Amino acid sequence: MSDKTALAEEVAPSGIEPEPIVNDLAIQVATVNGSGSQSSNLVLLRALFRMGIPVGGKNLFPSNIAGLPTWFTIRANRDGWVARKRNVDYLVALNPQTAIRDVESLSPGSAVVYEEGLRLERRRDDVVFYPAPFQELAAEVTREVRLRKLLANMIYVGLLGELLSIDVEEIFGAIDSQFRSKKAAVELNRRAVEIGIRHARENLVKQDPFTLERMDKNRGKVLIDGNAAAALGAMFGGASVATWYPITPSSSVVEQLTGFLKRYRKGPDGKATYAVVQAEDELAAVGMALAAGWAGARAMTATSGPGISLMSEFVGLGYYAEIPLVIWNIQRVGPSTGLPTRTAQGDILSTYTLSHGDTKHVCLLPASTRECFEFGWKAFDLAERLQTPVFVLSDLDLGMNIWATEPFEYPDRPMDRGKVLTREDLERLGGTFQRYADVDGDAIPYRTLPGTEHPGAAYFTRGSGHDEGAEYTESEEAYVRIMARLDRKFETAREMVPPPVVDQTEPATPLGIIGFGSSDPAIEEARTRLREEAAIEMDYLRLRALPLGPSVLDFITARQRVVVLDQNRDGQVLQLLRAEYGDRIPSGVLRSLRHYSGHPMDAQTIVDYVTEMEIGAV
Amino acid sequence: MPTPDASSRPRKVNRLGLTPSDYKGKPSTLCKGCGHDAISSQLIRAFFESDVRPHQVAKLSGIGCSSKTPAYFLNHSHGFNAVHGRMPSVATGAVLANRRLVAVGVSGDGDTASIGIGQFVHLVRRNLPLIYIVENNGVYGLTKGQFSATADENAALRSGEVNRLPNIDLCGMAIELGATYVARSFAGDPKQLVALLRGALAHNGTAVLDILSPCVTFNNHAGSTKSYTWGKDNEEPIHILDFVPAMDQIEVEYEEGTDQEVQLHDGSWVRLRKLERGYDPTDRRAAQELVLEANEKNLFLTGLLYLDTSKRTFLDSLELCDEPLALLSEDQLRPPPEILDEVVASYR
Repeated sequence: MSDKTALAEEVAPSGIEPEPIVNDLAIQVATVNGSGSQSSNLVLLRALFRMGIPVGGKNLFPSNIAGLPTWFTIRANRDGWVARKRNVDYLVALNPQTAIRDVESLSPGSAVVYEEGLRLERRRDDVVFYPAPFQELAAEVTREVRLRKLLANMIYVGLLGELLSIDVEEIFGAIDSQFRSKKAAVELNRRAVEIGIRHARENLVKQDPFTLERMDKNRGKVLIDGNAAAALGAMFGGASVATWYPITPSSSVVEQLTGFLKRYRKGPDGKATYAVVQAEDELAAVGMALAAGWAGARAMTATSGPGISLMSEFVGLGYYAEIPLVIWNIQRVGPSTGLPTRTAQGDILSTYTLSHGDTKHVCLLPASTRECFEFGWKAFDLAERLQTPVFVLSDLDLGMNIWATEPFEYPDRPMDRGKVLTREDLERLGGTFQRYADVDGDAIPYRTLPGTEHPGAAYFTRGSGHDEGAEYTESEEAYVRIMARLDRKFETAREMVPPPVVDQTEPATPLGIIGFGSSDPAIEEARTRLREEAAIEMDYLRLRALPLGPSVLDFITARQRVVVLDQNRDGQVLQLLRAEYGDRIPSGVLRSLRHYSGHPMDAQTIVDYVTEMEIGAV
Repeated sequence: MPTPDASSRPRKVNRLGLTPSDYKGKPSTLCKGCGHDAISSQLIRAFFESDVRPHQVAKLSGIGCSSKTPAYFLNHSHGFNAVHGRMPSVATGAVLANRRLVAVGVSGDGDTASIGIGQFVHLVRRNLPLIYIVENNGVYGLTKGQFSATADENAALRSGEVNRLPNIDLCGMAIELGATYVARSFAGDPKQLVALLRGALAHNGTAVLDILSPCVTFNNHAGSTKSYTWGKDNEEPIHILDFVPAMDQIEVEYEEGTDQEVQLHDGSWVRLRKLERGYDPTDRRAAQELVLEANEKNLFLTGLLYLDTSKRTFLDSLELCDEPLALLSEDQLRPPPEILDEVVASYR
């Protein structure tokens, strides 16, 4: 037995077998950005996924290409809870810059796999240490220095594989899927994993209670990031013009969309049935998309906070001139440049009312990769039906992290191209139409597309004052009429947007929570824990869109206390509820829980808040 | 306001059976005598004479006096008066959505050379098929006469304020950045202007026309280098330019004195007759030198400064299908369920 195992034995003296903790742990891999650990992390994640264990992966990364610390967290949980867990159970410490702090922040009973040169074993006596000579082991795989650095990452996959009883065949399967056709890479990585396993077998003695076992909870599921799901949804929504400007964390929406379109959206002649343009900035990106929507394309752009700010003027034009367009806002931490690689729900109010003057916009709030897909195609239907910019507000956690999900459902209805008059329609109407008239009583006017072969088809689009005939006017009556109709159109939108999802008991519990977007997994986990650990029942309303539907007020007024969970400092959705419902909400009902550290939402924060509130309320 | 001479007055009915009034717009609300209105008149004439189907035209603009003008021509064409300085992106989006549109963008010197310079640069770089008209008067008209970035150095406002900054030469920039049809003209020279516009209509690529278009209210005084008087006194055409439509070519005899003919995308020709300068507009270096010389000597050289009929357009590089994206049917836009299954399976 080596000295190394002796270190571990101090923590757990032989003879006392800790109670095993099966399929419930958070693994955190701490590395240096740019060191190539992402492949290993994905292999690890996928191996657990293939074992049928509910799992999710979150990347906490710096705004940097190489050199700064990065952490990848994998949470495996037999009950399906994969929101961020505050405590890490298994740390892989490979980054000298952060190793000491990473180890110090562990809870007692955790385990650390680490580069032995870091000498971390001296730092704690209440955690288990598993040292390994990573570079030395990697050198066994290859002599090539650059490759050796990359393969050192695959060593920890082998070490964890052995320590946590991960099925090695699933690791190998995950490697095949990660490196696909690159045979040499597959061989090297498999070898590195084998060496890691061998090292653990020969040199380490299992001293921690964490272990993984095969389950059957992922049958039919896939692992995907929200931005890929958004891109897929957009493709199946018939996106035909996508114009964008790169910005974290939204870039991968259009990048992945481009990949899908190249593969699946070529005509029989091999030519593209789409245009993707990387514009010179967000102003141009949204200008192109808006005009493409005006001319009849299914047009979209994707951006994040700073880009949203830049798009403001065009979005106001889209609202007032009534032009369809889909804008994805993958939210990150603001204000200003903020924390560009951290997550938040901080753009709710600014996006909802983006641009000067009286403006308000339809905002969809996906909470899962499935909803990213679903809203990806539905957003086009809504935009064309309502003739207005439609936002989809995702965030970095949902968009860039990896989620296990049921496969996406193919659109269940044909595309809704909205009220577009063709040449035949115009002939039937006697050759004229009023671009901004409310003909049907739903406040949605009719439009024609440029190129419509009829002398009566043309109208003039402008952001300046206009009347029903689209003529320039400064008439106050016309201005008020058009603005009032836009307000009524928003009421039509209220009926059309996805309604909230309400999970409530009968009769209603006195306690409720309102949340949205990427908070959902943490809320669901917290509700279960509150029920099981503290016998607290909490009904849940999940917003899926703005404007708010009528069921939101009903949910609030039926309860004594409603927690409104915002991933922002100012309680933006709370403000929105107050502005919308005013006195109709009795005072003291709404409670604001605000999480804005830039980390994804976790259940513990909700459990702590609600427990304290309810004990005080009893 | 200058009017075309009687000999070149448009025919009453064009090949589409349309009359000039089918190409008219709403009455202008600009100042009487505005250069922009003269340009609108020539646009009407050019579209009429070139038999352009009005419904195929998209008129795009930004903000400013110039950007109002799309309302004053081609009533039967869709128009889009967008936000300040952003006509290029709007034109790009419209053309991407429907490549069959004949896109004409109208901008001004403030709209292009200041707030919109970034979009101008990138539009030109892409060689999007678009007629980009800059109605250049050196001042901001709608905000009452501040200097713009094309105002010449040492030019004076009526108030006596002198511009101490060098001007931005949009033609020079356009040539530098890859525009494929670059012209400078004068609202007071309708004959040249209409030929240039018709050439631009026949060209496939970005056509930039920087047109001196005097502001009669704020910049038409003595001391201005953007006034009618200054333009008339200083205009020096680099050649006499005729536009010869494709179908006329066989009927027209080779004219005495023609020095150069260049065939355009749709089969029509521009025919150039040399004046003092022996100038070849297909020579990019010569074009750049000419612009430099004009700036150094404060010359108002007009005509077709540069023409490249070989460069591929933005639509070519995107390898777009022939059918307008806006008109694709659901089965062209939404892949079948098997494709969704296939993609999803790749994430297992």
